[in-house]
Amino acid sequence: MPTQIDEKTLSQMSTLAALPVEPSQEQQTLAALNEVLDLVAMLESVDVDGVLPLAHPLERYQQLSADAVTEHVDREALSRNAPDFEAGLYFVPKVIE
Amino acid sequence: MNIPTGWQVDIGLEIHAQLSTEAKIFSGASTTFGNAPNSQACAIDLGMPGVLPKVNAAAYEKAVRFGLGVSGTINRESRFDRKNYFYPDLPKGYQITQMDLPIVVGGHVTISNEDGTQKVIHITRAHLEEDAGKSIHDFKPTQTGVDLNRAGTPLLEIVSEPDLKNASEAVAYAKAIHHLLTYLDVCDGNMAEGSLRFDANISVRRVDAEALGVRSEIKNLNSFRFLEQAIHYEIERQIDTLSAGGVLAQDTRLFDPEKLETRAMRSKETATDYRYFPEPDLLPVKIDESFIDRIKASMPELSGTRASRFETSLGLPTADAQLLAGDRSLGDYFEQLATLSGQPRLAANWVKGDILSRLREQDLNISECPVSPEAMAELLGLTVENVVSGKTAKAVFAALWEGDAISASTYVKEHGLEQVSDTSAIEPLVTELLREHPKQADDLKAGKSKLMGFFVGKVMQATSGTANPQQVNEILRAKLGL
Amino acid sequence: MNLRSATIAELRAHLDQRKLSAVELTDYYFERIDRHEPTINAYVTQLRETARSAAVKADKIIAAGQATALTGIPIAEKDLFCIEGTKTTSGSKMLADFEAPYTATVSEKLANAGAVTLGKTNMDEFAMGSSNESSYFGPVKNPWDTSRVPGGSSGGSAAAVAAGLCVASTGTDTGGSIRQPAALCGLTGLKPTYGRVSRWGMIAFASSLDQAGPMTRSAKDAAIMLEHMAGFDPRDSTCLTEAVPRYSQHLDQPIKGLRIGVCEAFFETALDATVATQIREALSILESLGATLIDVSLPHMTASLGAYYVIAPAECSANLARFDGIRYGYRCEDPQNLQDLYTRSRGEGFGQEVKKRILVGTFALSAGYYDAFYGRAQKVRRLIKQDFVEAFSQVDVIAGPTTPTPAFGLGEKAKNSVDMYLQDVFTIAASLAGVPAMSIPAGLVSGLPIGLQLIGNYLDEATLLNVAHQFQQTTDWHTLTAPEAP
Repeated sequence: MPTQIDEKTLSQMSTLAALPVEPSQEQQTLAALNEVLDLVAMLESVDVDGVLPLAHPLERYQQLSADAVTEHVDREALSRNAPDFEAGLYFVPKVIE
Repeated sequence: MNIPTGWQVDIGLEIHAQLSTEAKIFSGASTTFGNAPNSQACAIDLGMPGVLPKVNAAAYEKAVRFGLGVSGTINRESRFDRKNYFYPDLPKGYQITQMDLPIVVGGHVTISNEDGTQKVIHITRAHLEEDAGKSIHDFKPTQTGVDLNRAGTPLLEIVSEPDLKNASEAVAYAKAIHHLLTYLDVCDGNMAEGSLRFDANISVRRVDAEALGVRSEIKNLNSFRFLEQAIHYEIERQIDTLSAGGVLAQDTRLFDPEKLETRAMRSKETATDYRYFPEPDLLPVKIDESFIDRIKASMPELSGTRASRFETSLGLPTADAQLLAGDRSLGDYFEQLATLSGQPRLAANWVKGDILSRLREQDLNISECPVSPEAMAELLGLTVENVVSGKTAKAVFAALWEGDAISASTYVKEHGLEQVSDTSAIEPLVTELLREHPKQADDLKAGKSKLMGFFVGKVMQATSGTANPQQVNEILRAKLGL
Repeated sequence: MNLRSATIAELRAHLDQRKLSAVELTDYYFERIDRHEPTINAYVTQLRETARSAAVKADKIIAAGQATALTGIPIAEKDLFCIEGTKTTSGSKMLADFEAPYTATVSEKLANAGAVTLGKTNMDEFAMGSSNESSYFGPVKNPWDTSRVPGGSSGGSAAAVAAGLCVASTGTDTGGSIRQPAALCGLTGLKPTYGRVSRWGMIAFASSLDQAGPMTRSAKDAAIMLEHMAGFDPRDSTCLTEAVPRYSQHLDQPIKGLRIGVCEAFFETALDATVATQIREALSILESLGATLIDVSLPHMTASLGAYYVIAPAECSANLARFDGIRYGYRCEDPQNLQDLYTRSRGEGFGQEVKKRILVGTFALSAGYYDAFYGRAQKVRRLIKQDFVEAFSQVDVIAGPTTPTPAFGLGEKAKNSVDMYLQDVFTIAASLAGVPAMSIPAGLVSGLPIGLQLIGNYLDEATLLNVAHQFQQTTDWHTLTAPEAP
């Protein structure tokens, strides 16, 4: 029996991903997600004993870059797409820590 | 604060140290503190679509320096991971950090307790990560502003074992790490600018309990004092709750420095499934032996090693050795002076005495000391060769400090301060004095050795301090047949 | 010369001989765009002004006798390559108004080579899809049959070339997003070795899989394009440092004696019988050119779909977390609080398929499921890579079908996403392993193009292009053009 996502898990995922699932969409979303999990269940039949995970197809190493200031920030250009930008700041509804 | 009988406390610290690099850890933007908001947040720091991180070599070098400094293991292969959570100061929705393969594993530092005993504190790991931006809460009443200048500043997160048993140990440990970081030039140590921040994991348990208690994490303490106060409050809160039969929940708290209390946080750290996974935009970092050798070669001698060397090969008392080796530039100054003058003990006395007190008086750093080790060495030479007396030396030092003297020897010459070591000049004076004070002369002869000072003082007075007291001493003894 | 079917190489000769100017050529394509775009919907943004000034500049360079392969050549770019000052949407409402403040390395290289970018092409939202139906800007139609999909996610790039709305285009391939639409639109499409082409400025779907490549009318054109797209870029830590070969100089080599691997597993699952027949036919053509067909096994290929639908969603769940309505992109009206800002901006800004994949990826990485999903998928990924390493110790190239079927009808698979995912069953393994692979036209099935997939060893794009070119010297499937819409 492949792993299935239930309402509770969906709600957790919805919170973690900051994606709302409307109550009216819940069953449909669950069905769609579980369809993918059914497909993914094929992994269970693969013998992976002793196999190391492969995070990246290139099994190479990182080149480190020199410690130099190379970016000269054009705040105007970079903030042009911001929906609420004023006095050099990006604004969001009040954050309560 | 004393921990109530029957209870014990376990504290582990997570210290976030900003690394003193020019550029950020994953971008080429500047790390300068205090610029206009978002004026040094480049496209990478802002997490714009399509941008990619790179890795600053200096961040790695500094992390390795720290790792070697605490005798930790440097992972020859380390890797970056993504830590996923949403927060306005975290532009990408994930922080690039190191989870499974941090750069430094293990290590330790030794702290000195107030009672003079020493204790080894174990370091679990130290890993590289990026700092977040800052939230500005007071600009608008209903909105929070986000400044991402700090986003991407390299951080080394140093995680200790829960070896710390009370607030003063925690502070001593935090200070030891602060000292090491600045000594090794890994971090500028500027607490006011947030270069060093502490998260304290605190739990209490009955003395006979084996397992650690339920812990609270106090986030973002930015001074030693707040660290101490927060721990005090937290210990009291936890013990009070448990004593009253209450139950503690593992939580994340903030310290309010005005009310001197902690309160549970409402946001960010409550949903704690961070879904770490290997950062696919970066490759694992391989550190080879030549990299480590190069760092080793560039490392200053650690203060502990230096202090014992000052003690054993330069013959300094333990306290002096520790004091002078405790600060890297102070140690460098002293060592230069000791070498130039060939008088390590005399040099130590000058540095810890007159030089340090003058520096403190004027709130200066040793690197800003107006008298160079060369100039000091010349002055020390004059005293060793008895050209000037100790008292004159202090006056010359003052002149050097104030800039009234070009060099010790020219100043001494110009002001006729050479010590009179000519016996022909002193002898008549001594003869005269003995004649003027026959009673004292007899007493001295009879063994009242304190009176030696009386006669020497008189000679010094008569010569305006230029006589060599040792020589006066010798002449007196010879004349009295002592 | 028939401009409609012309290749880059042919246009080059024309431009250099001054038979037409780059401006005239650009005008020619914009006229076609005016005529066919309302039906095809291949472009999200047309760049008429910048294209014209680039063409004017190209004409000066040509006049000065300093033209190189791409000077004045009109191309289109998938709308996930950022071009400074240009709208870059990634097919999403989230970025419908996003104007990139920087330029992708690929776009910069092509522009520097003198290519004239006519516009940005439509695509599945954030490159997630195989039919182009998930685009916020409406589906793209397959020029061969406008009731059918062009494939995806680089569907706009494929349709633009196939409909004669540009001569070549850029695409990106995460699990088949260049090869599958190339197959369905009768084009040559190449996904290079992972890391061969810089990802800087390319809006990410799944970082360890995404790779940009050309979509063209011939293998020769693909070689020319790749030469100008590939190469080390210090801004992409995963970009390879190896020098870029002159692919177009290695095309004429005979393929006699070349060992071509055939994996029977490709013919067993899901493959349409008529497609299978055509592919066998293509293999025998390669054999007739002197290549030896050798059976190879890729035992873990069947699990590649499973690994892919864990790894790609996992990476995308993090890659798309930056779209939070704060610094750029869609922001919901009047957010009540921070949480509201996040969830409504993301909920309203992303389409269904994207949201589904983010949720799957979030689940695959979450506490308690990581090992069974993400961890296991990574292990299977290694086994798949090992399969290829093993196979390439015996053969030079692996050949097989690109897709199980020709283009399917619009809306046909929109209901059942797993059916859609099966479109990529043959292409995903190469993406997971990071090896280069391409699709070349291999015939028509019921009047619709199908693709022969060629998979090469790491960094051996030259051999792939060589085989493809030799195949195209004896076949003319690639020269066919889609029928003109009435």
